[in-house]
Amino acid sequence: MDLKTGLAEMLCNGVIMDVVTAEQAKIAEDAGAVAVMALERVPADIRRDGGIARMSDPALIEAIKEAVSIPVMAKVRIGHTGEAQILEAIGIDFIDESEVLTPADPESHIDKFRFKTPFVCGATNLGEALRRISEGAALIRTKGEAGTGDIIEAVRHLKLINRELVELSELKGSDLDRKASEYRVPYELVEMVAKSGKLPVPNFAAGGVATPADAALVRSLGAEAVFVGSGIFKSDNPPAYARAIVQACTYYDKPEVLLEVSRNLGTPMRGVASSTLEEGEKLAKRGW
Amino acid sequence: MKCGVLALQGCINPHLRLLSAIGVNAIKVRDINELKQCDRLIIPGGESTTMLTLLKKVSLFEALREFCLTKPVWGICAGAILLAKEVRNPSQESLAVMNIAATRNYYGCQLDSFKALVTLKEPELQTKVSFIRAPALKPLSAEVRTLASHNGLGVHYREGNLMASAFHIELGDETALHRYFMSI
Repeated sequence: MDLKTGLAEMLCNGVIMDVVTAEQAKIAEDAGAVAVMALERVPADIRRDGGIARMSDPALIEAIKEAVSIPVMAKVRIGHTGEAQILEAIGIDFIDESEVLTPADPESHIDKFRFKTPFVCGATNLGEALRRISEGAALIRTKGEAGTGDIIEAVRHLKLINRELVELSELKGSDLDRKASEYRVPYELVEMVAKSGKLPVPNFAAGGVATPADAALVRSLGAEAVFVGSGIFKSDNPPAYARAIVQACTYYDKPEVLLEVSRNLGTPMRGVASSTLEEGEKLAKRGW
Repeated sequence: MKCGVLALQGCINPHLRLLSAIGVNAIKVRDINELKQCDRLIIPGGESTTMLTLLKKVSLFEALREFCLTKPVWGICAGAILLAKEVRNPSQESLAVMNIAATRNYYGCQLDSFKALVTLKEPELQTKVSFIRAPALKPLSAEVRTLASHNGLGVHYREGNLMASAFHIELGDETALHRYFMSI
């Protein structure tokens, strides 16, 4: 296994939290986050503000990197190699080529093999996941619908990928050939995934996780770790939510623990039902 | 004989895969009852701060410390940091059962992660391993045997029933070190 996917393996069963200041990064680390995502605005605010969402100011990312001992991730726009070069120069631990920011390239995602820094990319289905992996992604996450606090899209993406993995593992010979061209990825990758029945890199959940129960739900569907964007710092009590979601991620199948950590947390992020969004407002549609 | 893999967070499945390949009955350990079923334990790589937080939350910390006093335990990367008597950069609490000092993120960030060919004295083995945001581990006592070094720095140690590695061997297919651990 390469060093990029090796780091993704180290993050398994953990929670990666969006933070916008060094203070929030410390709160996340103290609560047991395995990594933080450094950014200027959490997805809920990006959604509210509108306009073009870009990579965050390097000075902010550096301040957050300085504040914690755990890995630090940051986001670049889809296809924006310019931003990715800057993040690599900072020495960021993971780059998220993210649909939460405004896409920069109408044709291609970043050629991630050109970078030494590992990349995580979102996927809504198996073909999308395999295209990102064939471009060099070391980690896949569901897209969910970021900034909504609505878990339904992350669940949809996890279930679809699981179902498509099962369907793929039942195919042979020319059917695999057909799948490879349908997915627009090399035959060898499709063949390997069909044989193993799983992705060659870890698959995490992201987009809409707002409560410990949400984290337990996506873990029970096979997500190996959980990204929490707006869910922590848009809640009433960020440290309590952070600690509770960390425990829920580890003990996702232990109802007695989930009950205990879910009590008296205060109000979660308010959120917006993803079914009420206009098509143009859906971030998961970005990328291909 | 049952080998546990501490499964609070981190690189758990690669160990389970190798243990299964050598025919070992392995279980994930997340609470005291699961720990009690094991006669040895692997503390995998991951984030030591996360594991420490979770150990405290479920009162596993003290039980695990006692387990380390008598049973074979192998700490890898974050796991080695948890075993260490001293933790630096920054200083943090640990089980403090093994006479080694761990300096976290010694080599730097992910861009400084690397693969290297290391030669182990016990078992006699030369293999390529991964150092991922690895700590520096230094012995604090003559009781600690250095079983592998890289660029003049010890990277794999044994002290009695305890074993500590700065590197990840479990990301490859080599099973010799897992077999050795099962023989302790």
